[in-house]
Amino acid sequence: MENTIETKNLVLTKEDFESDQMVKWCPGCGDHAILKSVENVFPELGIPKEDFVVVSGIGCSSRFPYYMNTYGFHSIHGRAAAIATGIKLSNPKLSVWMISGDGDSMAIGGNHFIHIARRNPDINYLMFNNKIYGLTKGQYSPTTPKGSKTKSSPQGTFETPFNPGELVIGARGKFFARVVDTNPKLMTQVFKQAAEHRGTSIVEILANCVIFNNLVHGLITGRDTKDDNQIVLEAGKPMVYGRDREKGIILKGTKLVSVEIGKDGITEADLLVHDPSEPDPGIHLMLANMMPPEMPSALGVIRAVKAPTLEDSVYDSIEHEKRTSRIKCVDDLLNQGGTWEIK
Amino acid sequence: MTSKKDRVVELNKAVIRFAGDSGDGMQLTGNLFSDSTAFAGNDFATFPDYPSEIRAPQGTVSGVSGFQIHFGKVDIHTSGDLADVLIAMNPASLKANMNWITREAIIIVDSDAFIDKNFDKAGYKSNPLTDGTLTGHVVVQAPIGTMTKEAVKSLNLDNKTAQKSKNMFALGIVYYMFNRDFKQTFTFFEQKFKANPLIVEANKAVLTAGFNYGETIEAFANTYKIEPAALQKGTYRNVTGNLATAWGLLAAAERANLKLFLGSYPITPASEILQELSKHKELSAIAFQAEDEIAGIVSTIGAAYAGSLPVTSTSGPGLSLKSEAIGLAVMTELPIVIVDVQRGGPSTGLPTKSEQSDLYQALFGRNGEAPVIVMSALSPSDCFYAAFEAAKLSLEHMTPVILLTDGSIANGSEVFKIPKMADMPKIVPPIAPANDPDYKPFKRNPETLSRSWALPGTPGLRHRVGGLEKDNISGNVSHDPKNHQIMTELRQKKVELVANYIPELEVFGDEHADVLMVSWGGTYGVMLTAIEELREEGKSVSLAHFKYIMPLPRNTREVLARYKKILVSEINMGQFVNYLRMSFPEFTYHQFNKIQGLPFMVAELKEKVNELLND
Repeated sequence: MENTIETKNLVLTKEDFESDQMVKWCPGCGDHAILKSVENVFPELGIPKEDFVVVSGIGCSSRFPYYMNTYGFHSIHGRAAAIATGIKLSNPKLSVWMISGDGDSMAIGGNHFIHIARRNPDINYLMFNNKIYGLTKGQYSPTTPKGSKTKSSPQGTFETPFNPGELVIGARGKFFARVVDTNPKLMTQVFKQAAEHRGTSIVEILANCVIFNNLVHGLITGRDTKDDNQIVLEAGKPMVYGRDREKGIILKGTKLVSVEIGKDGITEADLLVHDPSEPDPGIHLMLANMMPPEMPSALGVIRAVKAPTLEDSVYDSIEHEKRTSRIKCVDDLLNQGGTWEIK
Repeated sequence: MTSKKDRVVELNKAVIRFAGDSGDGMQLTGNLFSDSTAFAGNDFATFPDYPSEIRAPQGTVSGVSGFQIHFGKVDIHTSGDLADVLIAMNPASLKANMNWITREAIIIVDSDAFIDKNFDKAGYKSNPLTDGTLTGHVVVQAPIGTMTKEAVKSLNLDNKTAQKSKNMFALGIVYYMFNRDFKQTFTFFEQKFKANPLIVEANKAVLTAGFNYGETIEAFANTYKIEPAALQKGTYRNVTGNLATAWGLLAAAERANLKLFLGSYPITPASEILQELSKHKELSAIAFQAEDEIAGIVSTIGAAYAGSLPVTSTSGPGLSLKSEAIGLAVMTELPIVIVDVQRGGPSTGLPTKSEQSDLYQALFGRNGEAPVIVMSALSPSDCFYAAFEAAKLSLEHMTPVILLTDGSIANGSEVFKIPKMADMPKIVPPIAPANDPDYKPFKRNPETLSRSWALPGTPGLRHRVGGLEKDNISGNVSHDPKNHQIMTELRQKKVELVANYIPELEVFGDEHADVLMVSWGGTYGVMLTAIEELREEGKSVSLAHFKYIMPLPRNTREVLARYKKILVSEINMGQFVNYLRMSFPEFTYHQFNKIQGLPFMVAELKEKVNELLND
């Protein structure tokens, strides 16, 4: 197709995408690992290096474009999704990557977030969720767990947080994945799947802010706790997790529940099999909403449903109008309809 | 009985105002009359005057919708001060328009609507047709409702459908008064109601009935004829300012060989620009209806980065929301045209009324030192050229341009001589060539100080832009104090240098005079009419009307210095006059400001000038 990303056989390496700018995130920040994973994925996509555009908003994560040797746009707070949409509509051949955080995406950019999800332009949206405002030094964000004490919530927050995956699905998004900054292998794999999915691919990255919100994802990422508190979903595979892969997820009544395999006669055949391509969002929503400690947090690609992209529809319409309209140029336009001659 | 032909009076020009309930179809009636005026070869200008409610309570003054047309064999620059003929479909429309007609105006009313119930709604204590309110006027009391019903009797339409053609009866009467031909109007019915031949027939029958009624009742002492205007040879059409703006942008995209991208959010009175551009995918125009004003502009900034001709359209409240993003375009030195169709403010203000009160906002409404080009459109047809020029300046100088139009010229229409694209200038944006070894993101053209435009997808030019301050030339993020001063001055100088690329200020009238009238933007037509009349009366007056505001034309100081008194007239509290005071403090400025949501009237401008002349 003419109006989409073209891939070629290219020999590119990580070094092709490393910029000469000093990376200024705090030592130990989860963002370093995310950057490395993205640098690993870009050369593998078969996309010419000049065809990448990395767009961000404001926040720690949004410094990202400076650290990538691509076309990049570090924009203003909350607006990257709309900027990225303009870039993609303007030139659909570009591989557009958007970097944002929980404040940037869920608070000031909340409106753009739901609308990009519904419009579905082919953009890869990496949302670093550290559940705190880092760049402004420690105020709560819309994903901060209720009751958390932060600089702007000394008594604990009074607000119910957003769950980004629930918002994506509620906004009729077609792709949602979740990864953790401590698992580079999974990040690389999921970023690649996000790139290959045509449409808005939103990836929530549970990122750690060592300074203001250290270990907020500790249960999900901790060496001793992660196996019981995360499940890595794979398409076509039963939903198994646990240190000894002894646990699984079943649908009981209208709810997902965690079960022990072998207990109460439950076998692997009773477990739900993951199908990210299912258009019905019911199970995907329940998976996105699973929270430790009752349930494991779902990682991997939760939802990936095929649908026309925004630019597909727009450019199809352009092609159609060009073929069928009598107006071929501005002279035609100005002279159509009610004109008259003065001789 | 004398024949109709013997009773034709020739006029130079006339003003007609159609008024009715907002559901009465007055805009359509006015537009059809405009079309027939075009075909009669007259010059003309129109203005719709409609309430912000789509259907305000029926029969009330707030629900009155009006349409005024000023047409003549002479050059017409405005939609006219006061109407010579008023068509009032109900008591409320009579009441709403009594102040906008001449003392001798002919008034045509639908007498069927002049009943007690409607007097109450309009706030009349007694019947204005009989209580002396209309003394001095020729009043034609036509039972339009009844006769419309009668005219379509054979078509067996239900009464509600039949009454929808009432406006055509009124139009028929006016056609008779001005000796108009039905032909185009009939063609219009045939096309518009193609799917419903019965409605075509009904409208034709009612229009004819109205015409015949005018002829039969002998209510008019004579009919009128206005000879064709001496327009230049060429092809013409009628355009509103918003339509012309959209077309001027499309023309610019073609001459720049770029795709047009419009990111916009619907807002009165600018929405027609979005609507029009959304129709022209065949010209590769993308009109993106964003989720809000901010997304409207930032999606456009994205499109600017990616290499489209970037445009966003809005009105005052929307411009406020776009402020931060305009700063981003200033900082990233990307092109973008921001069309602000000004309306009454502040806040929601008067959405359907016009004002020139966004000038300060356009000039100064951003954080930091954030200069942009600010220019204005002068009239409905000038919107075409102003939009074209805004795009050209923005692309060639890599800077945002705010184009100020206003509700009056956006919705008003006038005759437009259609240009040929080959005669429009080429637009040459500074696109960086692939693999340019000397490319640096903030290296500048020494003449314009514009940086070059490196489009994503181009090999060898990968770079980052953003809202943080940039190191001069390299474009890397910089917090260096001296660099910030250098960059701030460069951004300012870049916009100031645009003065070398815009025309000098032209003065209408004499090089020296007692009074120089000064104005800007959409008041051009009324200023020109006033100055023409004053000069015909032998007054020593000239006019300097500004299209370009930031930067001002190079000869501005020299022009202002030549006149004894300077009178700056604006539809605001004095924003331009204060800008002139700031820019050229050596002069004394008089000012005339009107802020009623209404355009200037020729008469009041003349009065103000005369006061100053006699002072």
